[in-house]
Amino acid sequence: MAEAESPAGRAAGVRRLVPALLSALAAWWFFGFVPAVHGGETVFFVWDWAPQLGVSFAFAIDGLGLVFALLVTGIGALVLLYAAEYFRTHPQRDRLLVLLVLFELSMLGLVLADDALTLFLFWEGTTVTSFLLIGFDHEKAEARAKAVQALIVTGLGGVALLAGLLLAGQQTGTYRLSELGDYALTLRNGGMYQGVFWLVILGCFTKSAQIPFHYWLPNAMAAPTPVSAYLHSATMVKAGVYLLARLSPALSGTDLWMWTLTLTGAATMVLSSIWAMRQSDLKLGLAYTTVMGLGALTMMLGAGGEGAILAFCVFLIVHALYKASLFLVIGILDKKAGTREADGLSGLGRDMPLTWLVALLAGASMAGLPPFFGFIGKEAIYEGALHGDAPAALVAVAALLANAMMIAIAGAVALTPFTGEFKAKKAAPTDAHLFMWAGPAALALLGLGFGLAPGAAELLVAPMAASVAGEAMDVHLHLFGGVNLPLALSVVTFALGYVLWRRLPRTRESLALLEAGGARQGFRLLRGDRALRPDARPLGDFERSYDVFLRVLTGLSRETTALLQSGYLPRYLRVTMATMAGMTAAGLWVGGGWPSIEMGEAPGLMLLVVALIAVASLTLLMTARRLLLITSLGVVGAGVALIFALYGAIDVAITQLMVETLVVVIIAVALLKLPRIALARTAAAQRARLWNGAIGAAVGVAVTGALMAVMDGEIDRSLTDYFEKASATIAFGRNIVNVILVDFRALDTMGEIAVVAIAGLSALALLAARVRPMKDAEK
Amino acid sequence: MNSLILSAATRFLAPLMLAYSLFILLRGHNEPGGGFIGGLVAATAFALYAKAEDTGAVRRAMRIAPELLSMLGLGAAVMAGVWGWWEGDAFLESVWPFLVVEDGKKEGLPVGSALLFDVGVYMVVVGAVTALFLALEDDASRSPDDEDADQSGER
Repeated sequence: MAEAESPAGRAAGVRRLVPALLSALAAWWFFGFVPAVHGGETVFFVWDWAPQLGVSFAFAIDGLGLVFALLVTGIGALVLLYAAEYFRTHPQRDRLLVLLVLFELSMLGLVLADDALTLFLFWEGTTVTSFLLIGFDHEKAEARAKAVQALIVTGLGGVALLAGLLLAGQQTGTYRLSELGDYALTLRNGGMYQGVFWLVILGCFTKSAQIPFHYWLPNAMAAPTPVSAYLHSATMVKAGVYLLARLSPALSGTDLWMWTLTLTGAATMVLSSIWAMRQSDLKLGLAYTTVMGLGALTMMLGAGGEGAILAFCVFLIVHALYKASLFLVIGILDKKAGTREADGLSGLGRDMPLTWLVALLAGASMAGLPPFFGFIGKEAIYEGALHGDAPAALVAVAALLANAMMIAIAGAVALTPFTGEFKAKKAAPTDAHLFMWAGPAALALLGLGFGLAPGAAELLVAPMAASVAGEAMDVHLHLFGGVNLPLALSVVTFALGYVLWRRLPRTRESLALLEAGGARQGFRLLRGDRALRPDARPLGDFERSYDVFLRVLTGLSRETTALLQSGYLPRYLRVTMATMAGMTAAGLWVGGGWPSIEMGEAPGLMLLVVALIAVASLTLLMTARRLLLITSLGVVGAGVALIFALYGAIDVAITQLMVETLVVVIIAVALLKLPRIALARTAAAQRARLWNGAIGAAVGVAVTGALMAVMDGEIDRSLTDYFEKASATIAFGRNIVNVILVDFRALDTMGEIAVVAIAGLSALALLAARVRPMKDAEK
Repeated sequence: MNSLILSAATRFLAPLMLAYSLFILLRGHNEPGGGFIGGLVAATAFALYAKAEDTGAVRRAMRIAPELLSMLGLGAAVMAGVWGWWEGDAFLESVWPFLVVEDGKKEGLPVGSALLFDVGVYMVVVGAVTALFLALEDDASRSPDDEDADQSGER
């Protein structure tokens, strides 16, 4: 460590390696579970969370979870090591490392969670931490915008996912994911299947960047390269396909599942490969190939059948190994040669031999060359495509096209920058520090090792496939499976891929021109017409939907806010009161209409009081004089207090009287401040009073109905009886009302006095702020 | 307000109302009353005093800022809750340290955490309402120049 000049510097230098070390230890710990899990065992860790709701803090290490845990911690360790060096002198290095570790923990929790809500918790954890990581360069507006985009897209998916998981839990009665598979039939025949399916799919497709939600992932390349290598190749974006695989035993086996996943996966796979070819930025190109990989995984899950599940498992590992490795290589190129643009890099092989070697190894696996693990993965995909439930031709052709384009991209990343004439932005590029090439090298070598010794990969793949299939599977991986259709397809792929790679620069140019000119321009271009229109839109601009969505959302909230938060007190009161009347009336209507109860004979005194209140209320509505207004308001209040007193609720009556008194005094003070002409006899004012009267009457009628309905119904008197009995004996008080307030239901009272105190403080703050009265007050 | 009658009457009325409010607070457990009503009565007394004299006189008479009083009241209520937690097993469970019950008959002084809680309610209500009222009153009786400026700006 060159920077370690002082003891403090050395401590800091060592400290940056701690996350990588911890992650490696975790990977080692998980590695210890391989024999047990291979033997068909599942290791559970369960703590109670909310047992009344059947929710637990549960984790399970099974085949699928273990492979993901190994990827997360293993690649995590290597990326953390790489990042420690990549950001050695960055002022916010430690923040990045902490965020990466937090992300790693969330991802680990996600893939090991065995409880739907535990899973959701960690799912959201990855969303939030990835938001922070994408926006790591938060001083750049672009990074912020892309981080927010990723947050909104995956966050919305997360909400849908939660709803879907809850629905599934309600239908089956369990939130344990490991038990969900046993209820597959219940789920399918329960009537909720469609709802569960679409909600879960929405969550998974947004997270795993399937069309039409894919755009956030290439945009997330605003993140620093080590972050992209970790989040956007091996881990976070795989969360969606992980969950699809996890729920596959419970949800798969229907036409809906097969067609949705196969078609979406195939479309994503082919389109993103084309987009990948178009990119001149190598990192962006890789990002699109990640989308392609996710599409392939989704398609395999949709295609169904043992072969497809096997292909899913193998390709998932293949992809994680080569993609993380290549991202890290691009990071080295960016750092040492000064650019990531394909046009700006060539002939670096002599100056950066180690980097080239790593790139070659990883690129070969990506291209699916024998004897690399990628070859086995590609063969498995063809095998699965040919023997799945989905139409073989569709799946196989999509896979063939995408794989051929993968070869071209692999060449562009692993060959083009290193061969030919020297070209780079920095004058003297060199290989990177050991910490930076160790990670990609280890991953690339693993890709070779698994290819040469497929038996080692079987240890991981067999239990993983069993988890996805929901039953044990006979798994045999081999490099050469004899001369068969998949091998023939592979040969075609290589030929097509080679041609595409040779023509890649020209293809890229025409794709770029096509993008710049729209489809019609593209055709004109093919005819040799080089005149381009400037008003072009990008090819397949799905991001538009996001923009439109945001515009509609913000517009809608602006409208509703303007409607409800007019800043004009009478309108607030009208809206509140009208809503209350409407809701109460709706409640009455749903509950069976106007209640019919026997009304007792009212005493004459009561009728007098009621008449008094009625007259005062009418006066309230008709008068234009303030003093009269306040007085009639007081009369109404006093009348109500009298009614309380007549019925023996003396505490309530006193309170009502005191409140009325204070309200009249306070309003009188406030009135001094109001403009004198506010209650003019204009037509508008008359209309406003009419509205107020109508709303007031509606509230009155609705509340009367509600009260009558309450009287009509059976009232459970057990609480009342208890209070009457216990008030004097247990709480030593004869005034039941007060005993309830300060003893039996003291917590409610505490909430209420807190509200009173806060209201008082808020009023003080409002007065202190001294906002000028609005000029356009209602006249 | 400049009324000799109001001013003279308030000198007798306000202390009486305050004393009465305490009476209402204390009798509340057995007879109509309690902290909330008592607090309202006390707040009315202060409002009356403010109308008869001015807000400064009320602030001086209270000796403690009304908003602080309400916060202290909230604190007292919480303390009553914690007391119950400490002595019994639940937050806000009532505790009667001076009361002994034998054969269904109680002996001793019926004073405990419930009373502390009710005193807290009383303080919150007095404090919050008085604070609001005094602030409004201060605002309404600012110097006429400000008033004119406001009014002219409005028309």
